[in-house]
Amino acid sequence: MDVILGKKLGMASFFGPAGREFPVTIVEAGPCKVVQVKTIEKDKYEAIQIGFISKRFKDKDVKVNKPLSGHFKKAGTEAFRFLKEFRFEGAGKTEVGTEINVSNFNEGDNIHVTGISKGKGFQGTVKRWGMRLQGRSHGTHESKRGPGSIGQCTWPSRVWKGKRMAGRMGSDQVTIKDVEILKIIPEKNIIFIKGSLPGAKNGILKIRKMEA
Amino acid sequence: MDVNTLNREQIKADRPDFHAGDTLDVYLKIVEGNKERIQVFSGVVIQVKGTGVGKSFTVRKISNGIGVEKIFPLNSPFIDKIVRVKEGKVRQARIYYFRERRGKSARIAEAKKGKA
Repeated sequence: MDVILGKKLGMASFFGPAGREFPVTIVEAGPCKVVQVKTIEKDKYEAIQIGFISKRFKDKDVKVNKPLSGHFKKAGTEAFRFLKEFRFEGAGKTEVGTEINVSNFNEGDNIHVTGISKGKGFQGTVKRWGMRLQGRSHGTHESKRGPGSIGQCTWPSRVWKGKRMAGRMGSDQVTIKDVEILKIIPEKNIIFIKGSLPGAKNGILKIRKMEA
Repeated sequence: MDVNTLNREQIKADRPDFHAGDTLDVYLKIVEGNKERIQVFSGVVIQVKGTGVGKSFTVRKISNGIGVEKIFPLNSPFIDKIVRVKEGKVRQARIYYFRERRGKSARIAEAKKGKA
């Protein structure tokens, strides 16, 4: 099993075995449980659905609505706060209830990490798309961060679909590919991942091992 | 869980307490091929920055008439030891003004004993 869910705890410095200093993101990953298995016969694709962060308190699941509690009852697991699906080949052969933890990963492994980036709100074209600023001198007036021309003339007499304009920025799904695991603390379910990762602290991250 | 407690074992306990204005001898491990030797970088601390494992400090010295500054991660394994040679008395936490000083004005008064 090469996938896991994690919670971003924050960033720190880390000295590698050779003494070099690396920026690391510290992630609390797992333990997770397989809640549902999707097969080609039944669902036309194969995937596993895994749950992360237990909602069980004193042998009872708390704050779970009826449809979801039935879903967890069918799987025979406790209720979870987060459910995410992973598609990969051979997923259909997994058994429901299998526990997933960081021991499936090794230090030095390369992984892909998917998360939701921080929301930036309504932003102009300069920040959102990296458009250039207009000149500050030579007669520029009223407009310094505008997008400039947004189209042609009589034809097409409209603005093309997908034209880059101001709008909501951030809160997008972002995948960072090929990042290295520098350290694993199995007893605390902690992994140190080199570099920065999408999203705010306490954000949920999907982690999968890179195919060799 | 806090990121600083998780990485605590990387914090070197033997580093002395020092601040801007102090004169330090920084013993650096230099690796050349398979050989390892110690080189000393001595100068005045310009600033101490950050907390936890990522804490760093800047040391300035004049080498052959040219100002040289080096930024060290405090907990770097390449630092063998740090010796506090002189305790300086300065009013700022970051003495950037020291870069503009030459000759007589580039002196720092020594702090009175017990008054760090």
